[in-house]
Amino acid sequence: MQRVMTKDEYRKYVDKVSPDSKTARNVLRAFMVGGFICVIGQFFLNSFKNMGLDQDTASSLTSIVMILIGVSLTALNLYDDIGRFAGAGSIVPITGFANSIASPAIEYKSEGYVLGVGARMFLVAGPVLVYGISMSIIFGIIHYLLRS
Amino acid sequence: MFEKKSGKQTFRMQNPPSVYAAASIVGPKEGRGPLADYFDQAVDDEFWGEKSWEKAESKFVREVLAKVVAKASMPMDALDFVIAGDLLNQCIAANFGIRESNVPFYGIYGACSTIGEAMQLGAMLIDGGFASNVACLTSSHFCSAEKQFRFPLELGSQRPPTAQWTVTGSGAVILSAEGDGPYITRITTGKIVDMGIKDQNNMGAAMAPAAADTIYAHFEDTGLPHDYYDMVVTGDLGVVGKRILDDLLSSNGIRIGGILNDCGLMIYDQKQDPHAGGSGCGCAATVFAGYLYDRLKKGKLNRILFVPTGALLSPTSVQQGETIPCIAHAVAVENTEGGDQ
Repeated sequence: MQRVMTKDEYRKYVDKVSPDSKTARNVLRAFMVGGFICVIGQFFLNSFKNMGLDQDTASSLTSIVMILIGVSLTALNLYDDIGRFAGAGSIVPITGFANSIASPAIEYKSEGYVLGVGARMFLVAGPVLVYGISMSIIFGIIHYLLRS
Repeated sequence: MFEKKSGKQTFRMQNPPSVYAAASIVGPKEGRGPLADYFDQAVDDEFWGEKSWEKAESKFVREVLAKVVAKASMPMDALDFVIAGDLLNQCIAANFGIRESNVPFYGIYGACSTIGEAMQLGAMLIDGGFASNVACLTSSHFCSAEKQFRFPLELGSQRPPTAQWTVTGSGAVILSAEGDGPYITRITTGKIVDMGIKDQNNMGAAMAPAAADTIYAHFEDTGLPHDYYDMVVTGDLGVVGKRILDDLLSSNGIRIGGILNDCGLMIYDQKQDPHAGGSGCGCAATVFAGYLYDRLKKGKLNRILFVPTGALLSPTSVQQGETIPCIAHAVAVENTEGGDQ
């Protein structure tokens, strides 16, 4: 063609003509749903404490229940609909983490339980585990050194 | 002597092959879309009775080949070649779908431009005297494409507005030395064009320059007037890509905004929330085999330039930070054998 843009010019032009996400709307939805999920978590935490359980046990149980909710909604083909609406609001809480492990587990069943489900289950959550655990070790060491 | 090569990238058919028959099978979402009545069949669920999406997609291929051969009233062994491809790694949908056909087979990969590539190669085989009947087909499947290129289906993630929806469907045509049209009169083979777009969620922007390059070359090589075609229809540029294509062509003196269309915009209704539009090999293939072929046969369209567009990326290239090289293959399909030139 005669008149051709440079790659830089083209990128700038594409940015200009590509529709942006509706940030305000998405942020509102994310906070609403994320907040609601946290309210549910708080409800369970309060209930467990009222049943006489200590803080640690009650927290662990709450996490377990929230994970169960996340996995169930994934299996029922509902979590993706929630995610489409809520974005980070349903990705960030622990229910989202559960969804990120359950969804590839469902997806890769066709490749068998070992190389399919077993190996691919951590496709999305893998980096979270690696970097989350590594960071907590590093910060733990820093905290220990600062305290002593 | 009849000179087949025209300019740099365009080839005229000396004896234009006919698009003798066409068939299309789509998934449930496409079966609820605006072109639903034009497809031969719409299945109820993405698995279609199979145990995996990959197996389902190869069933789409197998079934559409059987259907197009039946519509042509031809036995399978009347086919000299089958040319097919799809989006999956190693093109397993096509390979496993064609497995039992017992016909000489060429597997190809052009991403979403595959049907254009297949029709070009099929036309050349026939016009070159190597074949009388060639089946050209391709498929895509939303679930298998998401699994391979993006995220597990049940993952609660959001897609940006420029993202597109991979069509579940397969489209097939039989090209023949016999027949009374519509005819493939000219083809323009695309070159790979990469304008530096990295965002795999904005394929329309990545592919538009390739479409512009091929369409521009077509008009330059043939010298045809810009209003020659009733429709210039790309494969899956979507909302964003179509607008960019129009801008790129206009800035080069080709103003065809009024006749420009895109299969990805035709196959879904906005109410179905396809974001920027449909995509996938099956998009252009089913829209051509279902809708465009019908319009041509009925004389509602007489000359179209069919330009399927493909993004030649892979999940690995994206993860390695590569840009997205693209290609577009143009096929002129006309009701008059000689074309009008």
